[in-house]
Amino acid sequence: MNQDKIRNFCIIAHIDHGKSTLADRIIEQTGLLTSREMQAQVLDNMDLERERGITIKSQAVRTVYKAKDGEEYIFNLIDTPGHVDFNYEVSRSLAACDGAILVVDAAQGIEAQTLANVYLALDHNLDVFPVINKIDLPSAEPQRVIDEIEDVIGLEAQDAPLISAKNGIGIEDVLEAIVHKVPAPAGDSGAPLQALIFDSLYDSYKGVIIFCRIMQGTVKKGTTIKMMATGACAEVVEVGYFGAGQFIACDNLSAGMVGYITASIKNVKDTAVGDTVTDAANPCAEPLPGYKKVRSMVYCGVYPADGAKYPDLRDALEKLQLNDAALNYEPETSIALGFGFRCGFLGLLHLEIIQERLEREYNLDLVTTAPGVIYKVHKTNGEVIELTNPSNLPDPAEIEYMEEPIVSAEIMVTTEFIGSIMELCQERRGRYLGMEYMEETRALLKYELPLNEIIYDFFDALKSRSRGYASFDYDLKGYEESALVKLDILINREEVDALSFIVHKDTAYERGRRMCEKLKDEIPRHLFEIPIQAAIGGKVIARETVKAMRKDVLAKCYGGDITRKKKLLEKQKEGKKRMRQVGNVEIPQQAFMSVLKLDDRK
Amino acid sequence: MQDKLSIYVHLPFCVRKCLYCDFVSGVGNENTMGSYVNKLLDEIDSFIGDKDEKLKVDTIFFGGGTPSVLPAFMIDKILCKLKSVFAVDEDGEISIEVNPGTSDKEKLDAYRKMGINRLSIGLQSTWDEELRTLGRIHTYKEFLEVYKWAREAGFTNINVDLMSALPGQSKESYEETLMRVTALGPEHISAYSLIVEEGTPFGEMELNLPDEDTEREMYEMTRDILADAGYVRYEISNYAKAGYECRHNVGYWTGKEYLGFGVAAASYFQGKRWKNQDNRDAYLIKGAQREEEIVLSLEDKMSEFMFLGLRMSKGVSAKRFYEGFGKTPDSVFGEAIERHIKNGLLKEEGDALFLTSKGTDLANYVMSDFILDENNR
Repeated sequence: MNQDKIRNFCIIAHIDHGKSTLADRIIEQTGLLTSREMQAQVLDNMDLERERGITIKSQAVRTVYKAKDGEEYIFNLIDTPGHVDFNYEVSRSLAACDGAILVVDAAQGIEAQTLANVYLALDHNLDVFPVINKIDLPSAEPQRVIDEIEDVIGLEAQDAPLISAKNGIGIEDVLEAIVHKVPAPAGDSGAPLQALIFDSLYDSYKGVIIFCRIMQGTVKKGTTIKMMATGACAEVVEVGYFGAGQFIACDNLSAGMVGYITASIKNVKDTAVGDTVTDAANPCAEPLPGYKKVRSMVYCGVYPADGAKYPDLRDALEKLQLNDAALNYEPETSIALGFGFRCGFLGLLHLEIIQERLEREYNLDLVTTAPGVIYKVHKTNGEVIELTNPSNLPDPAEIEYMEEPIVSAEIMVTTEFIGSIMELCQERRGRYLGMEYMEETRALLKYELPLNEIIYDFFDALKSRSRGYASFDYDLKGYEESALVKLDILINREEVDALSFIVHKDTAYERGRRMCEKLKDEIPRHLFEIPIQAAIGGKVIARETVKAMRKDVLAKCYGGDITRKKKLLEKQKEGKKRMRQVGNVEIPQQAFMSVLKLDDRK
Repeated sequence: MQDKLSIYVHLPFCVRKCLYCDFVSGVGNENTMGSYVNKLLDEIDSFIGDKDEKLKVDTIFFGGGTPSVLPAFMIDKILCKLKSVFAVDEDGEISIEVNPGTSDKEKLDAYRKMGINRLSIGLQSTWDEELRTLGRIHTYKEFLEVYKWAREAGFTNINVDLMSALPGQSKESYEETLMRVTALGPEHISAYSLIVEEGTPFGEMELNLPDEDTEREMYEMTRDILADAGYVRYEISNYAKAGYECRHNVGYWTGKEYLGFGVAAASYFQGKRWKNQDNRDAYLIKGAQREEEIVLSLEDKMSEFMFLGLRMSKGVSAKRFYEGFGKTPDSVFGEAIERHIKNGLLKEEGDALFLTSKGTDLANYVMSDFILDENNR
């Protein structure tokens, strides 16, 4: 295959600016699929993605485009996740590309993630060209947005294709722009193999399927490949490229190409995203730059609702980890919840997605505990502990001081909401660093915020206080000493370990009070009265009471409709099964999770 | 010998739907009623028992809706049809629900004449303001008239439906309602706490409901006042003078077979439960269509024996359970029984297992432990 005729590119955009729709149109109009075969969104092939309208996993698709110059071009479109939680995956996807299409909404203009993604793309030396989407909207202002792109980002935008991906307007212009503006890949097919893993997938028949971009050299069936970071070796069984939704085998993959490799790799941890694949017999001199072991930022306990499903949960996590290099986990035990895992995630969205995938794809019922971050506990004996589970906090007498992770956050917000967003950051112990006006109506607020203040419901609060206009990006800055305490929850005077969490002492009272209120609503009445208390070091700071149950009877029975009554009782019985016994109190599993979302504003 | 059957006939017509009601019913003119009755007759006609002999029936219940909104001759037609298809006992219990707003002397006389021997009058409250709040179409005065006519027509078995925990209802007003009704002396009283159901107008409204404590006191008041007046509580919400327990309803709790005719009517026959479609228009067009037919497993039957039987004040009989299933209740439900005896919700006396007074208040909590699922089968 002639390298000149290959275009490896991705589409970057702020969420909802139309990335997936444009991808669909490109795939459709390059003739690989007929309209009939098109599902609504071809690239997002996980159900969950379709429902949430976001792209979680990087994926690639190869299509053939016959350009106006009469030549056929191979387009490798590599999809990237759009959320800040997935920055590392984005960066690996970008590294596999030579160019990027920047999609900007003709009505909304540049948003925070537009910028974040453009900078990321430029960091990877991609040629970025803009496309103005949604020009069919009544509120579209393409020229204003073009000017904005030139002013704010500094990209040439006057000749940007004006399109409506939804209505299929202007797609041809985009395809031509890909041919002319995305550079052909470089690389020597004869050099030692050097390929970047930008994604991988576990298939129960083929084993691990590596998604990679060949930078140098050639790989084919029979090559013994080596993963340079993990050191794993395997013989290639098959190589190929990506049809829409299917794998199409081919003879070899050479420099400049994007495709997949299977090699009967069974161990899911061997193929880390960002790692370099080389030929074990003829290795390249150096791995590709940029590989890093992904660091989890948010931790929580994940338990099977049914204790007997513990091995299933373990297997599911192991499999998910393959598709998700950023997920890590280790076994732990809770008095209230039994055997489970402490899992690390990139952020809260990542956590929610994994939780949903476990529930849907692996049919597991889960209980998760309050998410926390990694605290550094400096003990009086000089030892430093990295604390991911509040239950493991040493006795206060042994603690010299504690540190918590701080992030630098950038919040892009329209000027009318500056006040309320600043107030929010203040409540979350934010340190104001400054503000820049991007243009008259938009400002970028810079704050330093403790990570543990943003992992709960910060996104929700941000959205509701800006009517959805604010967007948010953050980077881990480092650790700072902080006055932290462990807040314990006692139900019927018994401490429930799975509900303990670490909190700043100034917000402990408020948090404890809200936890108690929430739990009061969640815990069903029992035959006896149940006190719910929040305590710090044995001192109770808040209390609520669940009154004893007095009435639970279906007075009327519907004209012999026993089935209806039975269904009611079955539901009630099902509810009882979903309870966790702590002492003699049954706590619904829902309660463990509901306390994560303590409504900010009443 | 096989037990006799019960028959339920659903008549889904009202002058106006009450605001709390979630039964299948609605307004309809006489034409619609006529078409409906024709479909009903077809449904009854097309029922084929598996014997050459007519199936024996000892109770019939016309429920609704408001059966009394139909012209009496239509009820007569249905009853005649039933008597031609089934062998209805001479001394069978034949009940009809009536609304005081749609009954008159002629209708009641006609009912009595055609062989109906039990009336169930939907009164709910003796306060017109409370009745208006419920969206009822009648006054207390109208009820008193109907009650008088019913006695004159020769009804010696009358039920009065009452409700507590109504919006705006006070303990005092409810107590007065109980006193007035017991003074009249119907043979049977059904007393329910209002349940606000989703999908009803009440479900959407801001209601001034009595608080929990008041609601409980009303409930206890019902029990005490009715007991003093000589009514025995034989089921969670049903009270009767000796010998006047509703045989039809008792059938539901004791596993007796019954056939339901009409839209949304439920049946239990030959080990199967089913229900007709609950869309009245669909019934009018296509006639009865069975939905959710379920063949009861042994476990289902054991569960039902317990959770239905426990609705009755006398509870369930271990001996009858053994006769039916070849096992003792303890061997199947031992853990639940023991636990609820320990926490004072169930009581054992000789052969009987029954809900205590507290257990009755928490009946669902107890009964749900008698549902058998895959894990404990």
